[in-house]
Amino acid sequence: MKLTPFHPRTSELCDLYNWSIWSGWLLVDMYAPDHTQEYFAIRTACAVFDISMIPKYHIHGPDALRLLNRIVTQDVSRCAVGRVLYTPWCDDEGKIIDDGILAHLDERSFRLTTGDPMLYWLEDNAVRLDVSIDDVTESLATLALQGPFSRDLLKQLSGADVENLAYFDITKTELAGIPVEISRTGYTGDLGYEIWVQPQHALHLWDVLFEAGEAYQILPFGDFALEMTRIEAGLLLTDVDFNSSMKVVHEFQKSSPLELGLGWAVKLDKEFFVGQEALKQEKARGPAWATVGLEVDLNSLETIFAEFDMPLYLPPEAWSEAVPIYSHGIQIGKATSGTWSPILKKSIAIARVKPQYAKPGTVVDMEVTIDAQRKQAKATVVKLPFYDPPRKKSMGTN
Amino acid sequence: MNMAKNYDAIIIGGGHNGLTAAAYLAKAGRKVIVLEQRHVLGGAAVTEEIFPGFKYTVYSYVISLLPPRIIRDLELPKHGLHLMPLEGAFTPMEDGNYIASYADEDDTLDEIRRHSRRDADIFPLYSNLMYDLARAVRPILTMVPPDLRRPGMDGLRTFRDLGKHVQTLGKEKFHWLTKIMTMSAYDFLREWFETDVLIATQASIGIVGTMLGPKSPGTAYVLLHYFLGELDGALSSWGWQRGGTGGVSEAIASAARSYGAEIRCNAPVVQVIVQNGQAVGVALENGDEIYGKTVVSACDPKVTLRKLVDEKDLPSELVEAIDNFKYRGSSGKVNLALDGLPDFPALKDKALMRGMQEICPSIDYLEQAYDDAKYDSFSKRPFMGCIIPSTVDPTMAPPGKHVMSIFVQYASYNMPAHGDRDQQRDAFGNAVIDTLAEFAPNIKDLILHKQVLTPWDIEQELGITEGNISHGELMLDQLFFMRPTPGWAKYRTPIRNYYQCGSGTHPGGGIMGTPGRLAAMEIIKDGT
Repeated sequence: MKLTPFHPRTSELCDLYNWSIWSGWLLVDMYAPDHTQEYFAIRTACAVFDISMIPKYHIHGPDALRLLNRIVTQDVSRCAVGRVLYTPWCDDEGKIIDDGILAHLDERSFRLTTGDPMLYWLEDNAVRLDVSIDDVTESLATLALQGPFSRDLLKQLSGADVENLAYFDITKTELAGIPVEISRTGYTGDLGYEIWVQPQHALHLWDVLFEAGEAYQILPFGDFALEMTRIEAGLLLTDVDFNSSMKVVHEFQKSSPLELGLGWAVKLDKEFFVGQEALKQEKARGPAWATVGLEVDLNSLETIFAEFDMPLYLPPEAWSEAVPIYSHGIQIGKATSGTWSPILKKSIAIARVKPQYAKPGTVVDMEVTIDAQRKQAKATVVKLPFYDPPRKKSMGTN
Repeated sequence: MNMAKNYDAIIIGGGHNGLTAAAYLAKAGRKVIVLEQRHVLGGAAVTEEIFPGFKYTVYSYVISLLPPRIIRDLELPKHGLHLMPLEGAFTPMEDGNYIASYADEDDTLDEIRRHSRRDADIFPLYSNLMYDLARAVRPILTMVPPDLRRPGMDGLRTFRDLGKHVQTLGKEKFHWLTKIMTMSAYDFLREWFETDVLIATQASIGIVGTMLGPKSPGTAYVLLHYFLGELDGALSSWGWQRGGTGGVSEAIASAARSYGAEIRCNAPVVQVIVQNGQAVGVALENGDEIYGKTVVSACDPKVTLRKLVDEKDLPSELVEAIDNFKYRGSSGKVNLALDGLPDFPALKDKALMRGMQEICPSIDYLEQAYDDAKYDSFSKRPFMGCIIPSTVDPTMAPPGKHVMSIFVQYASYNMPAHGDRDQQRDAFGNAVIDTLAEFAPNIKDLILHKQVLTPWDIEQELGITEGNISHGELMLDQLFFMRPTPGWAKYRTPIRNYYQCGSGTHPGGGIMGTPGRLAAMEIIKDGT
């Protein structure tokens, strides 16, 4: 079990021992006393998540751009220095392996974050290219600072550099004298930043943020609150909303980015990349699945609870065990994760359905179980994301 | 001057109930106008920047009773509703000890166990009972009260449904229900608990908004009334709105506008225009007259039936009943702009500053507070519920600063022994701060600005009779088919096309919106 450089601080605050293991790393599920407060800190004030365990690769050298463009589905040549890009990548059959964030640091230098460790795949594709790939997972600590007041807080510590940072920009700067990189990125769908720092400065950075953050009601947050926000933001999670084609055996367990609603991040017309041909063919014949949002009809759910003489109960945690979706009694897909959204006052889910049911407004039936009895609640297909506040991308308001 | 009948419905008062009625009526296709006398919407559910940079939730300050149904029907989150749970409470005691409650029930039980193992063991049973009683009584909240003399088919159905729900309780819980309807909060709670401060914190809920002490019969029901609230399916939980409670009113107003309602501020109505026993419009203070098919008053019963219309248009028994309707505003409000967080030395877990701080250290303290006030005065050491919204919501105050919202009980409407109105207010405000300083000694050094409101001030600002923010006491004899008075509890009045939809109608006060919704439903049903 590995511990992040912030462990001395996170372990002190996680005093109810709500931990889990993620890829061999110790990860906080929630700090005391409960994750709803953490959730609302993300949506109301500002909050910090230790994301140091995420795999990170520094890819540099004359052929860095060529390598990346060969692997990922996005067109990396369109990503200027100082910009960041979200991208999936696929196998030869056009099935998704993973997705991540790619930052263009210098002319010949990039940093890729991934869901799963990816060194083998990067090196395997780098044959005969003049490029170096360094696994910097453990030599770079990362904090996600998210929420409407995250900019006010960073501004106070670093000034104009942060204020002028546009959505998906990255910059080198200092926070209270600590050398850092700051990208305007995150996994919560809110205004927010990720701060990249050398491990020896990690604790100092934490202390500086929390000291200045007190005036902005800063809280640390764990995976439970993160899950709720990423579902509201309509962001997919590896191993939950899709599987890596490298890790599953059966064909039906694999997905293509087109089926996952990531077609916007697949640039079929760029130079060769892995899976390009298969994806072109898939696009021509049309993907077999569509990824959509579902809003559960709470009046219908309330009626089901009433059959049990129970008031409507909505558990405050996100769920991630797939449930069947039906239309007129026939299964047409599955919901892969969902949550009660306290800010939208809606029960929402991310789902994969047959394309003819993907039109917003389509009413489907979602399985719910009460006391281990199977019932079906009405749900309406909507576009993702569920929650998209203007402040996420804007330069002004919070 | 007789202008054309422009509107289907004219709503007097832009509080949250008037706005809710407007939204439902507009959604049903009615042409609606809301007339608010003040410059700002919300009535008692309002946020105002009285002191620059600091937002006060001036009157009511927490939200519990707003039903999910209204949130869903009006799509309020889309219009800016942003409700956060208010979790945890802390009560400092006079001996330096304290009692607290937490979001996590086990934590709460551990805390009670510190005072009494017996009480900790029985607390879950008490919670279950209250949950069950609330569940049995809850359907009442969404019912139009039947008329006992002429119930009609609807009324009979209502009684049948009610009976069915109550029967599910079983014998023992039914006995508890009859007890809670009649007993004092103190007597009821004493049958459960031995810890005085635990009884005090629970009993304090039973006195909110009444001019009664914890030992006065009837207060146990008020305790239950506040168990009826819910937040996201969690019963009896409290919440607050980002930017203050005014945001709830703003969200409802935005929903109403999206359905086509017209909302006008600075438009005080002085009279309902009645022709041949039928309401046909309203006259504004500026002399304008607005005509419409129905007139709906969101004001309290006295304003609705004694001020806005002529006595000759009403039956004399109704006039008498409304004159006897009990207001007895008993609570004041103190809002503070603070230079930093107050320090309660008794408080070990500083995370509880994000919850409620309650000054109700013992039953005797509460009863004494009532004794002080009941002869037209205020409590020398009052009961207080304090929240500091800026501990979770940075929009409320500048960075590092705070706003504290203090609900104070008791203060009478008239307090002649304390001089003129200004002197009364000063004396009351000083009692609040002095008492708070007993438990949080640094409070006086932190105050940048102080707003003190007695019931009389609330009446002056909002026009609510005797400053009772619930539009009349929430006592059993003034609830359900008796709110505001038997025979006129179905949102109608003796004047045709003149309706009432304020907190003085069923199911009463709190930021709930249900009176507005039920009234709108009745208006739609009448086809007017």
